[in-house]
Amino acid sequence: MKTIISKLAAVGLALGIGLGATAAFAASEYPVNKPREVDWSFSGPFGKWDLGQLQRGYKIYAEVCASCHSIDLLSFRNLREIGFSEAEVKAIAAEFEVIDGPNADGEMFERVAVAADRIPGPYANTAEAAALNNGAAPPDFSLLAKARAPERGFPTFIFDVFTLYGENGSDYIYSLLTGYKDAPEGHEVAEGTYYNPYFIAGKALAMAPPLDDGTESTLDQQAKDVTAFMTWAAEPYLIERKQLGFKVIIFLLILSVLLYLTKKQVFAALKKD
Amino acid sequence: MSGGHSEYVPSSGVGKWLDSRLPLPRLVYDSFIAYPVPRNLNGWYTFGAILSVMLIVMILTGVTLAMHYAASTQLAFDSVEHIERNVNYGWLIRSVHSNGASMFFVAVYIHIFRGMYYGSYKEPREVLWILGVLIFFLMMATAFMGYVLPWGQMSFWGATVITGFFSAIPLIGLGIQEWLLGGFAVDNATLNRFFSLHYLLPFMIAGVVVLHVWALHVTGQTNPTGVEVKNMKKETVPFTPFATIKDALAVVLFMVVFAWFIFYLPDFLGHPDNYVKADALKTPAHIVPEWYFLPFYAILRAITFNIGIPFTDIVLIDSKLGGVLAMFGSIAILFVLPWLDTSKVRSGSYRPMFRFFFWVFVVVTIILGYLGSRPAEGIYTVLSQIFTAYYFAHFIIILPFLGWYEKPSKVPPSIADAVLAGNAKLGSASSAQPAE
Amino acid sequence: MAAKKKPRTPEPTRRDFLYIATGAMGAVGAGAVVWPLVNQMSPDASTRALASIEVDVSSIEPGQAITVKWRGKPVFIRNRTSQEVEEANSVEIVELKDPLARNANAAEEPATDVNRSAGEGKENWIVMVGSCTHLGCVPVGLAGDFGGWFCPCHGSHYDTAGRIRKGPAPENLAIPPFEFVSDSTIKIG
Repeated sequence: MKTIISKLAAVGLALGIGLGATAAFAASEYPVNKPREVDWSFSGPFGKWDLGQLQRGYKIYAEVCASCHSIDLLSFRNLREIGFSEAEVKAIAAEFEVIDGPNADGEMFERVAVAADRIPGPYANTAEAAALNNGAAPPDFSLLAKARAPERGFPTFIFDVFTLYGENGSDYIYSLLTGYKDAPEGHEVAEGTYYNPYFIAGKALAMAPPLDDGTESTLDQQAKDVTAFMTWAAEPYLIERKQLGFKVIIFLLILSVLLYLTKKQVFAALKKD
Repeated sequence: MSGGHSEYVPSSGVGKWLDSRLPLPRLVYDSFIAYPVPRNLNGWYTFGAILSVMLIVMILTGVTLAMHYAASTQLAFDSVEHIERNVNYGWLIRSVHSNGASMFFVAVYIHIFRGMYYGSYKEPREVLWILGVLIFFLMMATAFMGYVLPWGQMSFWGATVITGFFSAIPLIGLGIQEWLLGGFAVDNATLNRFFSLHYLLPFMIAGVVVLHVWALHVTGQTNPTGVEVKNMKKETVPFTPFATIKDALAVVLFMVVFAWFIFYLPDFLGHPDNYVKADALKTPAHIVPEWYFLPFYAILRAITFNIGIPFTDIVLIDSKLGGVLAMFGSIAILFVLPWLDTSKVRSGSYRPMFRFFFWVFVVVTIILGYLGSRPAEGIYTVLSQIFTAYYFAHFIIILPFLGWYEKPSKVPPSIADAVLAGNAKLGSASSAQPAE
Repeated sequence: MAAKKKPRTPEPTRRDFLYIATGAMGAVGAGAVVWPLVNQMSPDASTRALASIEVDVSSIEPGQAITVKWRGKPVFIRNRTSQEVEEANSVEIVELKDPLARNANAAEEPATDVNRSAGEGKENWIVMVGSCTHLGCVPVGLAGDFGGWFCPCHGSHYDTAGRIRKGPAPENLAIPPFEFVSDSTIKIG
């Protein structure tokens, strides 16, 4: 009983059936434009993080995106991995307060965050996030670079196996951030939404252009930086994975050559008789 | 050809002592060392070994993942990310396990098609084939339940749709569905029992694999000519070292492909929506099962019409039940395949017409797979219906018809003759010319 | 099995009776052991406890809808515009794929719009379990060929009264047991 009521409260009464719903229905025909492909530092089998870029990306996230989007799966300590020093991480964490407890008196209390804490989001829960944003909760950033990836289509997806294309989500986010423009004739969008031909679930989304603060070149650079940061947040072990993979595949190839020669020798004995 | 005869001679005192109490070394020796295999086996016959290795890989990675996973709707999604981010080598083990499922199915499909091409299901290997289909079925159940565990959007809605099949059963369907789910919708009870069964089923698969290998060793392996071994000495080689080294090479080459996906394309075969936590109130725009279920999914969705008595309003099978029956039927029909193919000639190498229809069938299943990934509307539905009809026609009409109508080319009298004719490598259809 | 080897006598002997009785007793025992193991999988007491929920609908303007969660499933509560009601009323019962109301509050009535809605005087309200009757996906509102709901999974179209009109779903969207406890509050369950 209690759970149902609390779930009811959590879900909220605010799931308006407006744009979100129609957008979801028509998803197969969106995005209008395929994402633009960027030459990321982390793409390809020998990709590397650009730590400076990731740090700039974090700062953009913290200053711009974090007012609406959480990044629940990251802890402050993870920021060490993108080059922030221990003192810097401590300073970043110190700007946040987290709830801890209960203490000896059985009370929950607030304290300054430490490196081991998860990065707190802007809202208490998804329901609050939805209620404060016209019913559509801004998605969490932790896995967005993996969770948003338009279909590549046939036969592109087959070529991807050989070109090792795995940056679909990153390209999508970059394209979305830089893709806002005025709606073309005959493509009226609902009030409170913004036309964007790269959006995966419709022709317009509820997020206003977030990085619109000046020249095109800074917009492009900021979009790349924050996208790189989000890619790292979704898969912090990406570079480790590719590096180990290279070693494993080389090992397996050498082993298969040896096995092939051994097999030849074994079967040579058979041919003799 | 394996017979009851054993050539194992224990070499040490301990060996002799054990041999008269529990002849396990003798069993291993007879099954994997002295066991005679036809000398003309080609590369397509290595997938049994690859599948055995994959089963072990999946069990090992699965057991280790279970040490960190939490089967609760509140925790499951985060615990998978905890494995990816915090557990030492967690990302690697999880990538091996999730991509391993796909690779397992790649190997099993090649293995099944190889069996179909060379008529491996024919007398006296019907039980061997049926056990194989049973393994395939158990694999599908295991993979389905495993995909639910990360508790992403596709996990949840895949589970909702698949358990919805059971509600199609007349009268008792809804009761069965609630019994399977442990509730009125997919929820915590469902996730917990799926985890329990996902852990159990692989060991049942391993058990059926033992029976499968046992049946194989009773009848002996087929070979590309489809002719049974007549002269053990001339036509077979011992399993070790000949088959062992060949299988080892095939396994390692398979691992190269496997590693390619694990390390460079870990999410290529998955679905982006599964990185969004399950939400019972929001269905993703386009629900697609994992790629290895797509042909069956296309068959499920192809039945959009009721089946009843013509010219009346009487409906015998509504479209929902019809779809479910067609989908299960498409797998069940494999069980009776040995009796549908009536041709006396075993190997497709000597059956020119069969060979043509075999490749058409392969292409049709691939097209059905593609259709299963498309939205269920318009032209895709019509095409699914056409290709579903062909899928069943292949088994029910074409195979029995070919057995009666087709004039096979001349089958060599023995494996040795085929080898002498320089026709040992019948791996590809193009080189499989009849031995005149 | 053992009895089979013995020469059969036309009359059951005392020995046969013993075999049958022992076998039957064993079967009863096995069944009694298996039953709890099977039955534990059925919905448990906490799930079964048919919790009812009360929903305040005073803020839902005509043309708006909310979704609430009841027994783990979404329930749509929609305040329909008079145009939507008219559209639904203009459909003849014979045109419907499923002619029954599927309303838990009324017995097997025909699927007229009033039987699907909250009843006379409250025809604008429609309360339905938001699970597609095909395979349980959540249909999307204000979509599909009939302006009602559309299921994105396998393409079922429902009209403004939630009746199945096109696609693989066999039945109209189910209407749960509910009542207006006041003018602004609905009790579901």
